[in-house]
Amino acid sequence: MKDAFGLPQSLLVLGGTSEIALATARRLVARRTRTVWLAGRPSPALDEAARELRAHGADVRTVAFDALDPDTHEEVLGKVFAEGDIDLVLLAFGVLGDQAHDEREPSAAVRVARTNYIGAVSAGLVAARALQTQGHGSLVVLSSVAGERARRANFIYGSSKAGLDAFAQGLGDALQGTGVHVMVVRPGFVRTRMTAGLPEAPLATTPEAVATAIELGLRRRSETVWVPGVLRLVMSALRHVPRGVFRRLPV
Amino acid sequence: MPAETASVTGWGRTAPSVARLIRPRTYEEAVAAVRECGARGGIPRGLGRAYGDAAQNAGGAVFDMTGLDRVHAIDADGGTVLCGAGVSLHRLMEVLLPLGWFVPVTPGTRYVTVGGAIGADIHGKNHHGSGSFSRHVLALELLTADGTVQTVRPGTDLFDATAGGMGLTGVILTATLQLQPVQTSLMSVDTERAADLDDLMARLTAGDDRYRYSVAWIDLLARGAATGRAVLTRGDHAPLDALPAGSRARRDPLAFRPGRLPAAPRHLPGGLLTRRSVGAFNELWYRRAPRLRRDELQSIAAFFHPLDGVPHWNRIYGRGGFVQYQFVVEYGQEDALRRIVDRIAARRCPSFLAVLKRFGDADPGWLSFPRPGWTLALDVPAALPGLGAFLDELDERVAAAGGRVYLAKDSRLRPELLAAMYPRLDDFRALRAELDPRGVFVSDLARRLSL
Ligand SMILES: Cc1cc2nc3c(=O)[nH]c(=O)nc-3n(C[C@H](O)[C@H](O)[C@H](O)COP(=O)(O)OP(=O)(O)OC[C@H]3O[C@@H](n4cnc5c(N)ncnc54)[C@H](O)[C@@H]3O)c2cc1C
Ligand SMILES: NC(=O)c1ccc[n+]([C@@H]2O[C@H](COP(=O)([O-])OP(=O)(O)OC[C@H]3O[C@@H](n4cnc5c(N)ncnc54)[C@H](OP(=O)(O)O)[C@@H]3O)[C@@H](O)[C@H]2O)c1
Repeated sequence: MKDAFGLPQSLLVLGGTSEIALATARRLVARRTRTVWLAGRPSPALDEAARELRAHGADVRTVAFDALDPDTHEEVLGKVFAEGDIDLVLLAFGVLGDQAHDEREPSAAVRVARTNYIGAVSAGLVAARALQTQGHGSLVVLSSVAGERARRANFIYGSSKAGLDAFAQGLGDALQGTGVHVMVVRPGFVRTRMTAGLPEAPLATTPEAVATAIELGLRRRSETVWVPGVLRLVMSALRHVPRGVFRRLPV
Repeated sequence: MPAETASVTGWGRTAPSVARLIRPRTYEEAVAAVRECGARGGIPRGLGRAYGDAAQNAGGAVFDMTGLDRVHAIDADGGTVLCGAGVSLHRLMEVLLPLGWFVPVTPGTRYVTVGGAIGADIHGKNHHGSGSFSRHVLALELLTADGTVQTVRPGTDLFDATAGGMGLTGVILTATLQLQPVQTSLMSVDTERAADLDDLMARLTAGDDRYRYSVAWIDLLARGAATGRAVLTRGDHAPLDALPAGSRARRDPLAFRPGRLPAAPRHLPGGLLTRRSVGAFNELWYRRAPRLRRDELQSIAAFFHPLDGVPHWNRIYGRGGFVQYQFVVEYGQEDALRRIVDRIAARRCPSFLAVLKRFGDADPGWLSFPRPGWTLALDVPAALPGLGAFLDELDERVAAAGGRVYLAKDSRLRPELLAAMYPRLDDFRALRAELDPRGVFVSDLARRLSL
């Protein structure tokens, strides 16, 4: 169960090697989280992530999960929930893709969309139903500022996050009154392997900062969290910039 | 029987969860509700005055027991009452005071049920002499997980597990209580100020034996030499001859007419209770109190239940809600108490009207909270940054001093500390495993702390 400060005792990470998710998990394990499920594509990195969290004192299990294989989500996640209540589901999987390459190769672009959007629709709905049966729990969805307004430079990723963001907001509305809380997290540029080698955007931040914002959002039962917080203002301004100008902005 | 799906919280309004709220009005309906409660079990609920998650059950059933609200029998000579578990202490006072009887123990609010009073084994200002609520329970009827009803008497394991058992042994349907005789419905109260914590402890230790009821309101925002300054209010039921001859009170000495103000509005922003506003309040209230005043006549409501005057006062904490922290450390651990009070004062928690009291002997309930020692209770807004970690630190100090925190107030204890605080926890778990092997009775509190 969550405590008065929204701190979970059990955590399920979808995308178990995500750097942002692991920073969040470390933070939560340092407070109340004792049970962690890392769901992801089996790999040495996944095992290493589990080992590391165990060293922080959590009881960690890994489970094979592929966002690109929605037909299996029901069964995979069903097994996790059958083992006990999950207080927090952190939907963290995602791929950035390579915009220039993906424009030339539509099948690669589709992979981005299928992972970030379709995979999340499927896993999000399965997790939401299980949480609803419990009558409590939070679903935290890692969206992105990139979904707020699609940019020339990465509109394939951006549009997949726009779809994910709209989906998660709607899901949150649908779950009002069920005891389940959906929180959409919109980080800007976060220094992780996903962005490694890319030119740093203004207001770049760290996985730890995202983790801190998530913990605060849980306490406040926020519906939307921007990281860093000023992005809320920046993006609300950018939303209203005329297309012709926006197209030429160096963002 | 009426049932709805509802979001449920405790009085602190933190950590809501959704459950089917079922309101049985008869024994038969209660039995049916327990039999049919489904895979996620059920938990009884009274008036929801426990601060945390004791009377909520995410995804399962919550049995709202306020439908069992009949006073079945009163023995006006022997001073006993047999009533439904959903009867409130407020109702009992209305019925019993005119007959010259008072409830044996009352908490800081009258709006708790008899079932909730036993479930949390509550204590009052008379704990140092009279013990907890369940010490005055002569018998109770308990609906257990198998759907049967049994009479449970003090001195049995099932009684001791149920008193303070937080609703987890079953649903209390009725209880027979031994009452306290009174000549009037007024209290005769002595008030005095204490300049700091040591002065306060000395005054409480020296004087408590002379008073049936004793409590101190302590200003936790005062720092430096004034750390722990407090106002003591102690007294007893006023005898008839204490009421002025010819007065209205003397003509109708057992009248009970507590007034109520309008409720606090539903949607208040958080952040009304800041260090500054609370500090100013505490200051005013300390200065207003007389240095020493004896034999003042006060109403029962004013003496015991000042907060009941404003219905839904918990809303002043806004949407974020609040946490009440209450612990006890045994006599001899005064240094631990001092350090904790110092830490709270240094941390500047906007906590108004914290309460310090001395407990008497421990009560038989396996999970009953009181034990001989000092108990401190304070309210803090849940939104206060860093509060979680700060209270964890206090827990460590409490546990290291052999103390414990009160489950009826808890919403955030680190589960690992529970067994050290409640040495009979294993007995409690074992009895539950036998009595309720399928885990019919379960609450968010029970899940959080693995009770
Ligand atoms: C302003 C205020 C002041 C307070 N002061 C004090 C005080 O001085 N001393 C003190 O000890 N407490 C105090 N409390 C706490 C309060 O007395 C307890 O939490 C009490 O249990 C609340 O009773 P309730 O009927 O509201 O029960 P709830 O809060 O609804 O439930 C409390 C517990 O009792 C169980 N329960 C309820 N009904 C039944 C039943 N029929 N059968 C079995 N179990 C049942 C529930 O499952 C739950 O675990 C105070 C609370 C407030 C809000
Ligand atoms: N970094 C940023 O700047 C930034 C900004 C805003 C939002 N975000 C979002 O935050 C989330 C986490 O990102 P991050 O920065 O932590 O990046 P990351 O470390 O690269 O994590 C991405 C995660 O997604 C997983 N994943 C990818 N495809 C998958 C699939 N088909 N099935 C299961 N898992 C899959 C990866 O698992 P594998 O180990 O199996 O590859 C990895 O665990 C992502 O959704 C990302 O879009 C990131």
